[in-house]
Amino acid sequence: MRDFWRRFRRNKGALVGLAVLAAVLCLALFAPLIDGGDPWAMVQRPFLPPFELAHTLFGTDTLGRDIGTGLVYGARVSLMIGFVSTVAALVLGVTLGAVSGYYGGWIDAALMRFTELFQTVPSFALAIVLVAIFQPSVGSIVTAIAIVSWPPVARLVRGEFLTLRQRDFVEAARLDGQSDLRIIFVELLPNAASSIVVMASLMVATAILLESSLSFMGLGDPDLMSWGFMIGAARTVLRQAWWMSVFPGLAILMTVLALNLVGEGLSDGLNTKLGGGRGNAGL
Amino acid sequence: MPASDPVLLIDGLDICLPPGGDRPLAVSGVSLTLGPGEALCIVGESGSGKSMIANAVMGLLPGPQVRPTAGRIRFDGQDLLDLSDLQMQTLRGRRIGMIFQEPMTALNPIMRIGDQIAEVYRSHTDIGRRECREKVLAALADVGLPDPVRLADSYPFRLSGGQRQRVMIAAALALEPALLIADEPTTALDVTTQAQILKLIRDLQRRRGMALLFITHDFGVVAEIADRVAVMSQGVMVESGPARAVLDRPQHPYTQKLIAAIPHGQSGDRAPAMAPTALLELDQVTKTYRLPGGREVAALKGVSLSLRKGETLGIVGESGSGKSTIGRCVTGLTPISSGRILFEGTDISKLGPKGLKPYRGRIQMVFQDPYASLNPRHRVGSAIMTGMLMQGIPKTKARDRAVELLSLVGLGPEALERYPHEFSGGQRQRIGIARALAMEPELLVADEPVSALDVSVQAQVLELFDQVRKKFDLALLFITHDLRVAAQMCDRVAVMRAGELVEYGEGSQVLHDPRHAYTRELMAAVPRLERSAS
Repeated sequence: MRDFWRRFRRNKGALVGLAVLAAVLCLALFAPLIDGGDPWAMVQRPFLPPFELAHTLFGTDTLGRDIGTGLVYGARVSLMIGFVSTVAALVLGVTLGAVSGYYGGWIDAALMRFTELFQTVPSFALAIVLVAIFQPSVGSIVTAIAIVSWPPVARLVRGEFLTLRQRDFVEAARLDGQSDLRIIFVELLPNAASSIVVMASLMVATAILLESSLSFMGLGDPDLMSWGFMIGAARTVLRQAWWMSVFPGLAILMTVLALNLVGEGLSDGLNTKLGGGRGNAGL
Repeated sequence: MPASDPVLLIDGLDICLPPGGDRPLAVSGVSLTLGPGEALCIVGESGSGKSMIANAVMGLLPGPQVRPTAGRIRFDGQDLLDLSDLQMQTLRGRRIGMIFQEPMTALNPIMRIGDQIAEVYRSHTDIGRRECREKVLAALADVGLPDPVRLADSYPFRLSGGQRQRVMIAAALALEPALLIADEPTTALDVTTQAQILKLIRDLQRRRGMALLFITHDFGVVAEIADRVAVMSQGVMVESGPARAVLDRPQHPYTQKLIAAIPHGQSGDRAPAMAPTALLELDQVTKTYRLPGGREVAALKGVSLSLRKGETLGIVGESGSGKSTIGRCVTGLTPISSGRILFEGTDISKLGPKGLKPYRGRIQMVFQDPYASLNPRHRVGSAIMTGMLMQGIPKTKARDRAVELLSLVGLGPEALERYPHEFSGGQRQRIGIARALAMEPELLVADEPVSALDVSVQAQVLELFDQVRKKFDLALLFITHDLRVAAQMCDRVAVMRAGELVEYGEGSQVLHDPRHAYTRELMAAVPRLERSAS
C-alpha cells in the first residue's frame, strides 16, 4: 500500500486530478449545505449575466433559475449516474469475462460472440434507443449506460484470465479441491484487479459524458438537474447567453479530465513493474 | 611477445545498482584478462553479477541507474567504457560476438533464417547479394546445420531449440570476431543438445583462435569448456585460476560449497520400500492432444508404471518426452485418452469431479516454477491453509499445522503473514512443499521442482524432499531432466522418450548400467566434473 502511494504520488497530474475529484465529490455530498436553494426555483430575472449579483454568481438561465445551484446539484446527478452505471457494467462485464476466460472452449466462444454483438452497435446510438424505449428516467439511463459499456470490461477480464489460469497456483488450488467459483473470485480476480480498477476510473468518466450527451439530446431524467440537461436547455440561446452552457461544460470537462488523470495515476501506482525498487534488477 | 597480449582486459570494474537494492554494487572490483584462443568461464549463482560483466563488455547495461562507476575494460587497445554508443555499435557483431540464453526468443519469428544472418553482413560490410548469400550458407554449414540451402529459407518456428542456438552462433561468428561472449547459451537446452552445442562452441573457438567469455552457473559445463575459470559471489570475484585447479582443489569456501552441492549422481544407500502393494499404478496410459486444425500429438503412448508407498520413482526425459504429462495425468489435472490410473486399486482416471473429491488431498503436487506456483496476491499463510480449510479443518488447527509445516521446511512462523514476493526462489519452493504437505498426501508429484533453482539451493531442497519423504512415508513421483538428480533421489527410474518408456528399473542399474541406447546417450551427455581430468 505504501508502495502504491509512492508510485501514485510520482504522477503530478494524478494528484491534481485527485484534488479536483475530491472537490467535486464534496460539492455533490454537501450540496444542500453549500447552496440551500432549489435548482428548479426561479430566483431572479431570466438571462442575468454572471458576476453581477453575489447570490447568483454564475448568472441565471432562460427561466431565471440559478446556474450556480444547478452546477452544485448537477454534480450529484453526474457522479451518481457515473458511479452506479460503472458498478453495474463491472458486475456484468467481470462476470462474463471471468467465466469466458476461465472455462474457455465453447463457453468462451459463445460469450464472446454475444459480447461482439454489443460491440458492433455504436454505443451512443444504442444508448439513445434504449432510453427512448424505456422512457427517460434515472433507472433507464443507468441501465442504458451500463449495457453499452460492459463489453470492453468483459474483453479485458477474459484476456487477463486466459493468461492467469495457466499459472501453477491455479493448478495447486484445483488440487486443494477448491471450487471453480472460489478459484475465479479468490485466486484469480485479485490478480486482475489492478487493470479493472484503472479501467473503471475511465469508465466513470465515459459514463458522465454519456449521461450529459443523453441529457443534451433531451433524453435526461426530467426530474433531475444535470450538467448535460443545462447545456441542452441553453443551446438555443448559445449566442446571447454563453454562460448558461459554458459553466456546466467546464464542470463536465474538469470532472472527466480529473478522472482520466486519476486513472493514469492508478495505473502507475498499481503497476509493480514500474520502478518498484524490488527484486535484483535482472541480474 | 605481442601474441600473448590479452584480447580483453577488465581492471577493477565496479557496476552500480539502483539505490534501494540489496547491495550498492552489482559488481565490485572485478579484474580479468582473456588471451587470444583462451576460454574463460565466469561461474556464479543467480544474482552474483556474472551477466552484468558480459553486458558491461557489450555496452548493454540498462543505464543510467545500472552503469560502470569505476575501472576499465580494454579491448583492441581501447577502453570500451570511453566509447560512444555509435562506436560500440560498430564493435558489436564485428569484433565482439554474443550468444544469449534463450534461443526461442532471440530470433525474429517472421524473418527467414538466412535473412537474419545476412543482416549481420549487411550492417557491417558492403558485400554484394550473391556473396552475402554464399557467406550465409557457409556460416550455417559451419555450425553443423544440415541442408543449409533449405534452412536459410525457413522461418524460425521450424527449428528446434538446439538448431536455433546454432543459428545464433552462426550469426554471432559471422564476421569472425576476436571475442565471443556466451551468456548461459545452453541453460535452456536439453542435456543431449547441450552437449552438442558445447562441443560446437569449443571446436569453433579452437579452430578460429577466438577468445571466449562463457557465463554459466553449471560447474559441469565449466569442466567441459573452460581453460580458466572465475567464480563470482555477490558481485565479488572470490576465486580464479586454471579450470582444472579450481575444480579439483577449490580454495575459497564458497567455491568448495558450490562444488559440493552439485548432484553427485551416486545413488544414496536407502532401504527399498517393502510395502506389499502398489499405491499408484499406471496401466497402458495414453494421452493424445488434439491441436486446432485436427492435428494430433501423442504425448503418452501406452505407459505402465507402478509406485509403492515410501518409494521414489524418477521419471527422466528431455523436453517433449511426455514426462510432465504423466504428472498432470496422475494428479487429474489432465484427463487421459485411454488406459487406467489406479490409486489404491481404484481407477481415478474415470471419476468425475465429484467422485474425485475424496482423493483430492491425497495426491499433491510441487511445481517447477516457484514464481508462478504461489498466488502473488495471497499471503503465504492463506496459501498453505486454504486446502485444509476446504477440508473442514478448523482455522486455529489449520494455523498450528501451517506453522509446524513452515518450521519443517525451515521457515519461521512470521512467514505466514508475508507475501510470496518477499521470498527467494528456494524459499518459495519450500513454501510450495509445505503447501503440498498440508493436505497430508500419500502421493507427492514433483515436476522439475529444483530445475529453476541455484545449485546450492537445489541441494538443500533435494535434502528436504528426502527428509519429508521419510517422515511422512510418502510415495514420490519425481519428474526431472537431470539424471544426476534422479540418481541421487530415486529408488527406481523410468526413462522416457517421445511418449514411451524406453527403460524402467532400479535406479542404480538404469544409471550405471543402462540397457537402452538412448539412456546411454543421455548419460554420456551429462557434463561431468571429472571427465576432462583424463
